[in-house]
Amino acid sequence: MDKLTIAPSPHVHTSDSVRRNMYGVAIALIPALATSLWFFGLQALAVLLTSVISCVVVEFLVQKFILKVPTTISDGSAVVTGLILAFNLPSTLPLWIVVVGAIFSIGVCKMTFGGLGQNIVNPAIGGRVFLLMSFPAQMTSWPAVDGTTTATPLGLLKEGLKSGKSVSEIVDIPSSSDLLLGSVSGSLGEVSALALILGFVILLAAKIISWHIPVAVIGSMFAFQGILYLCDSEAFIDPLFTVLSGGALLGAIFMATDYVTSPMTHNGMIIYGCGIGLLTVIIRNFGAYPEGMSFAILIMNIVTPLINRYCKPKRFGEIAK
Amino acid sequence: MKLSAGSSIRELPVPAEVKVPVGQHIGAPAVPVVKVGDAVKVGQLIAEAGGFVSANIHSPVSGKVKKIEDFVDANGYRKPCITITVEGDEWDESIDRTTAIRREITLEPAEIINRVKQMGIVGMGGATFPAHVKLSVPPGKKCEALIINGVECEPYLTSDHRLMLEHGDEILIGVKILMKALGVSKAYIGIENNKKDAIENLTRLASGFEGITVQPLKMRYPQGGEKQLIDACIGRQVPSGKLPIDVGAVVQNVGTVFAIYEAVQKNKPLIERIVCVTGKPLREPSNLLVRIGTPVKNLIEAAGGMPDDCGKVIGGGPMMGRPYSNLDVPVVKGTSGVTLMNKADSKRPEPSACIRCAKCVSVCPMGLEPFLMSKLAMLGRYDDLRDANVMDCIECGCCSFTCPSNRPLLDFVRLGKGKVGAQLRAEAAAKKAAAEAAKKAADEKPEAK
Repeated sequence: MDKLTIAPSPHVHTSDSVRRNMYGVAIALIPALATSLWFFGLQALAVLLTSVISCVVVEFLVQKFILKVPTTISDGSAVVTGLILAFNLPSTLPLWIVVVGAIFSIGVCKMTFGGLGQNIVNPAIGGRVFLLMSFPAQMTSWPAVDGTTTATPLGLLKEGLKSGKSVSEIVDIPSSSDLLLGSVSGSLGEVSALALILGFVILLAAKIISWHIPVAVIGSMFAFQGILYLCDSEAFIDPLFTVLSGGALLGAIFMATDYVTSPMTHNGMIIYGCGIGLLTVIIRNFGAYPEGMSFAILIMNIVTPLINRYCKPKRFGEIAK
Repeated sequence: MKLSAGSSIRELPVPAEVKVPVGQHIGAPAVPVVKVGDAVKVGQLIAEAGGFVSANIHSPVSGKVKKIEDFVDANGYRKPCITITVEGDEWDESIDRTTAIRREITLEPAEIINRVKQMGIVGMGGATFPAHVKLSVPPGKKCEALIINGVECEPYLTSDHRLMLEHGDEILIGVKILMKALGVSKAYIGIENNKKDAIENLTRLASGFEGITVQPLKMRYPQGGEKQLIDACIGRQVPSGKLPIDVGAVVQNVGTVFAIYEAVQKNKPLIERIVCVTGKPLREPSNLLVRIGTPVKNLIEAAGGMPDDCGKVIGGGPMMGRPYSNLDVPVVKGTSGVTLMNKADSKRPEPSACIRCAKCVSVCPMGLEPFLMSKLAMLGRYDDLRDANVMDCIECGCCSFTCPSNRPLLDFVRLGKGKVGAQLRAEAAAKKAAAEAAKKAADEKPEAK
């Protein structure tokens, strides 16, 4: 008989792994991916492939030649960053800008902090915000689904309101059903709310994320926008439009739920989600940008360590004070 | 997962030699009362409890005491052990060996507790806490509910399951005995939902016993943890650092209840127990009635022999058990199972970086933060670890089990518990010494006058 293995308990392990979670996210992105290919065609595919490949290659190069540590590209986290970064870009973006975004996402936002699990902000959002500030013209030029260039629904709304019109006078913004199905302009991943919700269902069913963050983000956005709408329905758009338009669902389901940069406890997740919702509503209605999701998530990412410090799970047997 | 649930309890033949450790329970080891060369009968006292929190040990076989010396036990420590060479199978006359069920409870509460103490009964779910200590409710405390643990939530293990199927009446009489000893009118038997036949059997039998409720419980490891079970049965949570009796509960395992029935009604000491021998590579997963002191290898032999594809043999179940380094170690009072793992499952998967997915936090039944505690233990920040309630950890293993990065969370939490526990004991000792010094000074003062 061979020697027996000695190790402390437990002696069994779940089949769950980092790889399963990461590729699970990638699978949950497929419906949104399919709709964006349907509407934007091969251009979208080119952006997507460039983004994913660049992210993986950057991670590999940094680990191999700068950090000189074993490479971990097979865990799938760079693939997910690449996918989500691409989902935040317009399909007409020049590919070299996509590569710059990938270098910033992985090289600066992720690897400088020590790689997977150590980064402070979501790498894909870091990359997107970096590109938005560096290349504002290219980053805000979206193709419409019919091939012409146009502004996003949120952009149209902002322009209209700026020019002194009231909400009911801005006639060219799409209806909620268009937003739901995806026949609107925008970044790769934000065209169809329905496809994103399907992704959410996949993530929940596979137990990759819990419901807390997405529900808190969307719920609080709806609530805060609803308050504004009730105060003045001519100056503020209705809450349904808010949660279905732009990156709201993409952000709430796929970006705010990033494990590394979101809180560890359920009550912390609710606070974090509501913070994102509130900040997004403030930026969208009162800020200079038509879209505020990325900034809101970025800010709440930075607040996360603080939330973790104060939001503890409910201890067993704890006496209510 | 429960491979041996359908296999009836079989009696394992008495081995040629038994090794009986004197420290089989939590508390002080027992003190041997026999000498080398003494002839002993089955059920004869061979080592006496070494204090209140300790337990008597009786000979599980008849024969001659061969030696009394240190032996490396299941945990790898050298511990005193009484080796007995078996000759025949002669039982002490006072033990009722018939299978007839004795229903009438004639002993008074104090006599019951004394009998439990005499017969060396300890918690048989694995914790081996002396049973009479739990039954002796401290002054000022009151027991309101007796809770019987029939959960058996460890994957694979089925010894309690079989016991509830085959000895339901004895268990219920045992519960009545405990109710009388504790002076309570209500008892709950908690059983997980995956043992429908056991729930059915005991529910049917319990209709003839007043005050006993069979409580089906959700299947959710660690439902059989003492604190989790109390919460599930009577909806009370034992606060951090407190005991079940602080919320009015006393918990005993069904195996212990059966042993108490035998001790009180049949005058039989704890000399044998049911051990579940199981695991994927094993040919015949079995539930065996085994004399204490039987080498573990005999059990594996009886369950189809040692398979080629075996990399680990665990004393207990796969979530909380401890692997054996040597299969000559004996079965003790706390051996609820022997689980064999195949070679592929015996190696831990390679750990990678924590991705802060928070799954360990959501699975922790005590509401702790395993990711944080393991990190603090790694960094040696024991004061912070104490503030993170590390001592509340019940070591159920859910965090390590669930970690997608395969991090050995519980290993580090255990290390931290050890360090913080030592800190707490040192502080308590210092406090006690200071109090004694103050008292001494106060006593001396009047004399100086």
